[in-house]
Amino acid sequence: MNKVGRFGEFGGQYVPETVMNAVHELEAAYDHYKNDPDFLAELTRYYKEYAGRPSMLYYARRMTEDLGGAKIYIKREDLNHTGSHKINNVLGQALLAKRMGKKRLIAETGAGQHGVATATAAALFDMECEIYMGADDVERQSLNVYRMELLGAKVNAVQSGTNTLKDAINEAMRDWATNIDTTYYLIGSVMGPHPYPTMVRDFQKIIGEETRRQMMEAEGRLPDAVVACVGGGSNAMGMFYDFIKEPSVKLYGAEAAGEGVQSPRTAATVSLGRTGIFHGMKALFLQNDEGQIAPVYSLSAGLDYPGVGPEHSHLHQTGRAEYHAITDEEAVCAFEYLSRVEGIIPAIESAHAVALAKKLAPNMGKEQILVINLSGRGDKDVYQVARYRGVQL
Amino acid sequence: MNRIDTTFARLKEQKKKALITFITAGDGGLDTTEQLVYSMERGGADIIELGIPFSDPIAEGPTIQKASVRALENGTRLVDVFALVRRLRKNIQLPLVMMMYVNSIFGFGTQRFFALCRECGVDGVIVPDLPYEEKEELQDFADREGVYVIRLVTPASHERIRMIANGARGFLYCVSSVGVTGVRESYSTDFKEFFGAVNRSREIPAAVGFGISGPEQAKAMKHYCDGVIVGSAVVELVERHGAASPGPVETFTRSLREALDT
Repeated sequence: MNKVGRFGEFGGQYVPETVMNAVHELEAAYDHYKNDPDFLAELTRYYKEYAGRPSMLYYARRMTEDLGGAKIYIKREDLNHTGSHKINNVLGQALLAKRMGKKRLIAETGAGQHGVATATAAALFDMECEIYMGADDVERQSLNVYRMELLGAKVNAVQSGTNTLKDAINEAMRDWATNIDTTYYLIGSVMGPHPYPTMVRDFQKIIGEETRRQMMEAEGRLPDAVVACVGGGSNAMGMFYDFIKEPSVKLYGAEAAGEGVQSPRTAATVSLGRTGIFHGMKALFLQNDEGQIAPVYSLSAGLDYPGVGPEHSHLHQTGRAEYHAITDEEAVCAFEYLSRVEGIIPAIESAHAVALAKKLAPNMGKEQILVINLSGRGDKDVYQVARYRGVQL
Repeated sequence: MNRIDTTFARLKEQKKKALITFITAGDGGLDTTEQLVYSMERGGADIIELGIPFSDPIAEGPTIQKASVRALENGTRLVDVFALVRRLRKNIQLPLVMMMYVNSIFGFGTQRFFALCRECGVDGVIVPDLPYEEKEELQDFADREGVYVIRLVTPASHERIRMIANGARGFLYCVSSVGVTGVRESYSTDFKEFFGAVNRSREIPAAVGFGISGPEQAKAMKHYCDGVIVGSAVVELVERHGAASPGPVETFTRSLREALDT
C-alpha cells in the first residue's frame, strides 16, 4: 500500500485522475518551498507586518476566578488580520501558488472566514479569486459574503446537497478539475488529499509554537491542557501539533453536537462517525451503512462538516487527543459568557472551545494551566446568535 | 472469463466499436432502471454502466448530479441495485459495470461488495475518485472475485498514461476532456495527441467517455478507440420522460449504434 501522506491508516490521495498531476505538482512545490529560506522569510514578514503575528496569549483572570479551577489563558487568533486563524494558512498557500505561477485562487468556505482570508490574499497578491459557499451559509453569513465581494472575489452560492460546507467543497473540486491548468485550490482546513492536511497543519502550527514560547515566558512551564474547536480541524491541529510530543499536555477538541449527539441534527463526527473515504482522504465521516455522507447540522457554519481531518482521526484513534461534542445551546452560552466575563466576543466556532474549557477547568487544580485557542472573532455571528435568542435586530 | 473481455473480443472479430451506455440506477425507480437496461440492449448497447447514486458526486456535472438526487430521494439503496442485477441476469448476458464513488464500496464493506458483484453478475466497477496510486484499496478484493476495476486516463494524465495502462483490465476509460461529466458542445482536447499516447501504451481496448452528446459526436470519436461511452445524454432523456423513457432511450441508443456501425 502506498503510504504517502498517511497518519496511521488515515489520509491518502483519493481524488479523480484529472487532478493527480496537480496534486503531485503541489506536493513537489511544497516539499521544495517549505525549506526555502526566501519563501519562509517572506511568509514570516507577511505574518508579522500584515497579519499581526504573533497573536497575544492573554491571561483570562476573571474567567479563571469564576470557574475556580485551572488558570485559563486565551490564544488570541481572533486578533489576526481578517479576524481568524485562517489567514495563517492562506498567506502560506497563496505565496506558494504565486511561486507555482498560478493566477487564480479558488476556495470553499463555511462560516466565510476562510473565504474572506482567501479573498484578502488574492487582493494582496493580485490574483483572481472565486469562492464557493453553500447557499444556506451565504444566507446565515451574509456579512462575510459582502466582505469577500468588497475584496474583489466572486462568491458562488452552491445549491446542492445540504447547501453547506461539504457541498461548497464538492463544487470547488469540480471547478479545480475543470480549470486544472490555471487554478490553485486553496483548501482551508487540514483535509483533502495529501499534501493538504500536512501543509495546512504546517502553516497553522505557528499557533502552538507561539503558545509554547509565550507560556514559557509567562509561567516558565508548559500548559496542562489545550482546547480548540474542530470542524475540519485546522486551528486545532495548529494548536496541538507542537504539543503532541509533550505527554504532559492534554489535547482537547470541541466538535459540534448541533442539537445533540442523540439528535439527527448534529455534526459530531468523532463521536458518531466511522472511517470512510471522501473529499480526497481516508478519515472519520458521518455516513450511513452504505457510505452515503450524512447531512449534518450545526448552528456554526464553520463546524458544519461531516468529516474531520486525517491527523485528527489518527489522534483520536491512538487516544492522544480527546474530542467532546458541544451543543448549539452550550456554544451560545459560552459566546455570551466570554463576551460578558472577558469582553471578548468569540466566533461561534471558537465558542465551542470556550464551552468545553468551561467544563474542563473546574475539574482541574488551581496550579494547572489550560489554554483556549480562540480561533476567530464573533462579529459575524452576532446577528445569528440574536436570532437564536429570539431577539429581532 | 469476464464478460467484458468476451464482448470486446467478439466486437473485434466483427470489426465493430463498443457502445457503452450509462444510466443512474434508481432514477425513476428501479423498475424503470430494469426496463431501461432492456431497452438499451435492444437498441444495440454492448456494455451497460449503472451509476450508483451518491450523496456527493464530485466528478459529475449537473445532469448526473440531479439524477443522483432523484435516485436517492426514491430511496435507492445499493443492496436493492444488487437485487436488480440478479433479476437482470436471468434475461441478459451483456456486461454490467457499476460506476460509483469509492465510499459507496468502502462504506458498504469492500469484501462484501465484491462478493456480491460476483454473485449477482456485476463484471466491473468504475470509481472516479480512486486514482492509480490508491488502487490497492480495492485491487485484491476485486481480483479475488474476478471483478475488474476499470482504470481512467484523462487529457491531464500526460506521462501517467503508461503507468495507468500497464496492467489495466477490461478496457481503459479515456476521459475526453478535463472537468466533470456532462454534454459538451465542443472539446479543447487534442485527441490525436491524447489517443496517440493512449494507443502507444495500452494492451487492452480503450473507450472514450465524458461529454458525448449524440450520434454525430459518437461517429467523430469512434476512430480514436474501440468504444464510445454515452452517459449524460441518456440521463437527460430519463429526466425528461421518466417512467416513459425506455422508448426514447431505445431509439436514441439505436441512433448511436447506427452511427458507430456506418
